[in-house]
Amino acid sequence: MSEQTAVEESQRTVGTPGGDLVVAGVSKRFGGVPALRDISLTIEPGKVHALIGENGAGKSTLGKIISGVIAPDEGTLTFGGEPLVMRSPREALAHGIITIAQELAIVPGLTVAENVYLGSQIARGGIVRRREMRSRFRELADRVGFALSPDVRAGSLSTADQQKVEIMRALSRNASIVVMDEPSAALSGHESAALHEIIRSLARRGSAVVLISHFLSEVLSLSDTITTLRDGHLVRTVAASGATEDSLIEGMLGRSLSSVFPDKATTDEGAATLLEVEHLSAPGVNDCSFSLRQGEILGIAGLVGAGRSELARAIFRDAKVSAGTVKLGSTELAGHSPHRSIGRGLAFIPESRKDMGLMMSRSVKENVSLSRLDLVSRMGWIAGIRERRTVSTLMEKTTVKSAGMGQSVSMLSGGNQQKLLFARTIMCAPSVLIADEPTRGVDVGSKRAIYDLLVDMAAQGMGIIVISSELEEVLGLAHRVLVMRHGRFIAELTGEDMNEQAVLAAAFAETSGA
Amino acid sequence: MTNHTPELLETPLDEASPSSLARVATTRLLGSWRTAGIVLPFIILFVILSISSGPFLHTTNLINILDQQAATLCIAAAGTLVLVAGGIDLSVGATYGLATVVAGEIAAHHSPVLAIIAGIGVGLLVGLVNGLIVTVFKINALITTLAMSFVIGGLALKVSAGNLIVLSPSGGFFKFANAQFLTVPSAVWMTLLFIIVLALLLTRTTFGRYIVASGGNAEAARLAGVRVNLTRVIAFTLSGGAAGLGGVIDISRLLSAQAASGGSALSFTVLAGIVVGGTSIAGGEGSVWRTAIGVLFIALIGNGIDLLGVDPLYQQIVLGLILLIAVGLDSFARQRRR
Repeated sequence: MSEQTAVEESQRTVGTPGGDLVVAGVSKRFGGVPALRDISLTIEPGKVHALIGENGAGKSTLGKIISGVIAPDEGTLTFGGEPLVMRSPREALAHGIITIAQELAIVPGLTVAENVYLGSQIARGGIVRRREMRSRFRELADRVGFALSPDVRAGSLSTADQQKVEIMRALSRNASIVVMDEPSAALSGHESAALHEIIRSLARRGSAVVLISHFLSEVLSLSDTITTLRDGHLVRTVAASGATEDSLIEGMLGRSLSSVFPDKATTDEGAATLLEVEHLSAPGVNDCSFSLRQGEILGIAGLVGAGRSELARAIFRDAKVSAGTVKLGSTELAGHSPHRSIGRGLAFIPESRKDMGLMMSRSVKENVSLSRLDLVSRMGWIAGIRERRTVSTLMEKTTVKSAGMGQSVSMLSGGNQQKLLFARTIMCAPSVLIADEPTRGVDVGSKRAIYDLLVDMAAQGMGIIVISSELEEVLGLAHRVLVMRHGRFIAELTGEDMNEQAVLAAAFAETSGA
Repeated sequence: MTNHTPELLETPLDEASPSSLARVATTRLLGSWRTAGIVLPFIILFVILSISSGPFLHTTNLINILDQQAATLCIAAAGTLVLVAGGIDLSVGATYGLATVVAGEIAAHHSPVLAIIAGIGVGLLVGLVNGLIVTVFKINALITTLAMSFVIGGLALKVSAGNLIVLSPSGGFFKFANAQFLTVPSAVWMTLLFIIVLALLLTRTTFGRYIVASGGNAEAARLAGVRVNLTRVIAFTLSGGAAGLGGVIDISRLLSAQAASGGSALSFTVLAGIVVGGTSIAGGEGSVWRTAIGVLFIALIGNGIDLLGVDPLYQQIVLGLILLIAVGLDSFARQRRR
């Protein structure tokens, strides 16, 4: 792992290590929702700079701006004193800025070696020099300590191995700035130890590393500087030597549970149990047990990827369940059929309304009545008047604003689209509702309306499970919170213990070997 | 139709700011292309042909066109359901061929009723198999039906032993498609009835909604409790059954059958008619009656070129261009809505 190899491998790279990357007054909005507000920070060469924050705090967005994937709405980036304008990741690459993203960017049909040298093809006259590519790959693999075969198709690798391919790609081009978004999330303990060593050696060689991570101990042990983000604001940038896990968690918190949430109705301790999940295991879900009472709102918290959505789909019988039972009332849900689950009185509002919830090109009416067309039809023939009357009542109840029930759903705002899913749910009249990210990408006004709906449905005796990445939402709505990590429940919080500090401490807590 | 047909409801009614008015206008125009779409070009073509060609407007010529298009119309009507449900059926031409030889062989030796039932039954069976392969084994519909069309074509050759089957006009089987009512042959009446039934099925029944939902967003439909696989299997079965019906109608009309009749040329004509009728190849929207207009539009081009004595070579070129325009407008409208 000599310097010379690295230099050889970076022949194409224009940027050289050195020079500060200065982010000044950067703001970014997505569809009117601010993701970053007036962020300023300096990334120095030879240092590891960590970005931390809750889900949705804006750390990935900031990482993408630094790596040229997205352009800021306001503010400037300068690199070594020169203004830095990047219109594409390719231009960022020319500046020596490289990203290892959360979403993997490998070409499944190419071999490992071809992926590593993708875009910097080792070729002469347009013909790939396979032997040279392979030998260079071996050197690189030795240097970073990854045992990967160069000739395996990248698509056949595990996620962790695919991640290694990406890391090697970044390392094959002696980068001046490496942005790593959750690089160790998919790696085992042994592999993340290797990764940590790579990150340190990158910094030693003079590269700047921007590390976005959920793992606080990783952040503390690797970084020189730590910037905490919250709600798109920069809370503070501190030296890692002066920080502790507690001080970092405290920085990520700081919002009070204001009047955004309706009052919680008290639950009856003796209320009937509606849903009983016992030792449920499915892909991404590991031996989960809990029960849900009538009128209760149960919150499920955890980081992205902790297995919350997977749990929801396993309960809804939309995933292959490998072990355990789900009992709804007195009947056990079996098989693999959302159709039957809905028929038994279980409703599910999926996390992505565009991909999993709505038929975007179809009308409001068709989207609302789809699950229970049997209520507005006779012998399969739809009774037009009855359907319109039913849908119109539901739209009123859920305060959907549209230019009529014939309007295409794609024309509605995110909030109104989300309310449509609630209208559909109410039409199903379920005994239990699982709402996955019920207010994602929804404006504040609609949020409150959706909270009111949830509380109202619970007051009428429905059992509700709320899964959300917004901690305050879970805490503001739920009577009881279960915290998930790596597909398991690791904490159950009620009453006094139900606060952000406790949830974050549980969600971020380290387990060796991940 | 009253004001609550899904097609009409789809027109966006966004109250937009002045800056985006042009955009909305374009989107609306494209939306109405979808709802009315092919009707206007069809009327224009009809008027042009009426003026420029004397024989065109004769009742005999018009009935003749309908009679000739009966099979294509039936198959395309059912094919629309498959496309709207998010599938595609390229095996209809081969299924049609199989149905003609099966019905022909039976009609030559047994009762005409049995021949009709067997012809349609064979089609339904092929459709069912297509549907099961696509849903249970999750093989792409295009590949499945393409592969199946070879299998079916081979079966048809086996059934007919490669011979041309010729029937006599005296048998009862001849009457199936040729009985006259109000000077219009029964083939045309059956086709009309079939189109009406399928059009109502798509727009007014719960099954129709499930078809639209399955093609519009299969994942969302499934999570909303729609049995997407079952819906698609039924759509494919109907498509196969329609190919069987078309085959029976045509052998009754023409009294001759061979394994190679229909084939990929018929499959593509059917698909062209559906797409020209404005049904989206991506699924989720479409209409049966517009498919009928689309099929007739293509037929008129052929008929006009014949009557006007234009080199028939141009027919294919014109058809190809029209198809490109139709698909182009569809994808443009889609991007516009994003």
